[in-house]
Amino acid sequence: MVVADGEVDRLFHALADTTRRDILHRCIDGEPSVSRLADGYAMSFAAVQKHVATLERAGLVTKRRRGRETLVRTDAETIRRARAVLDELEAAWRGRVDRMAALLAEMPESPDG
Amino acid sequence: MTVVSVERDFEELTLVLVAEFAAPVERVWQLWADPRQLERWWGPPSHPSTVEEHDLSPGGSVTYSMTGPEGEISRGWWRVTAVDPPRSLEFTDGFADASGAPNQAMPTTDARVRLAEHDGVTRMELRFKFASAKRMKQLEEWGAFEIFPQSVAQMDAVLADDNPTQEDP
Repeated sequence: MVVADGEVDRLFHALADTTRRDILHRCIDGEPSVSRLADGYAMSFAAVQKHVATLERAGLVTKRRRGRETLVRTDAETIRRARAVLDELEAAWRGRVDRMAALLAEMPESPDG
Repeated sequence: MTVVSVERDFEELTLVLVAEFAAPVERVWQLWADPRQLERWWGPPSHPSTVEEHDLSPGGSVTYSMTGPEGEISRGWWRVTAVDPPRSLEFTDGFADASGAPNQAMPTTDARVRLAEHDGVTRMELRFKFASAKRMKQLEEWGAFEIFPQSVAQMDAVLADDNPTQEDP
């Protein structure tokens, strides 16, 4: 592993576990507390808390306190980044395709045949 | 419409773009095969590009530079992996440092171009696959992208909603 890729490695490590992926799903549209999350798994509260901490370090979830509870939410921004990469590529190639069409209109016959 | 369809596959992290041109396949191929034509469409008008090396044979390289509005120069390269003129071209596209050497820290994209002509119209299918193959393989093995299609669909629904989700009901 390359050290400079620390952020990417944390992301991969965080996603490499079924429970953590499940936690991400459950925290997309709601904001369950860690104890409510823990009720859903056959593991200790501490183990679930550890998974949440791993996700938080990777930037995949954010935590906030409400009273005695810690609420967990999937970070929209991280998911959005995956989309942004494809958005950029699509925009770049749409521009290129338009320029290709313009060039074909301008030079119907290629100078090189 | 030049671009006829765009499909995204979050699971495979690929983008497939299909375009049609009212030109014979050999003519469309020249857009790729002639470096002087390539440099006219590769960079946006704000970033004129210059193609330097241009060898469209397997293992061959294409190198280019683009000059931005402030005079800043960015460089990139292709490594050709497969070619069948005038029907297909596959290459890896990456960034280069100031000397033109591949910048290993930046992600690469695998691109595949397919051209087919029907009734004087050439259909060009561009398929892009993201990131270094090694990273993608790791991700796929771990099943990491299982989460993305569902997450993205859910995120779309959430983001489309102007009202933020109620925090404290």
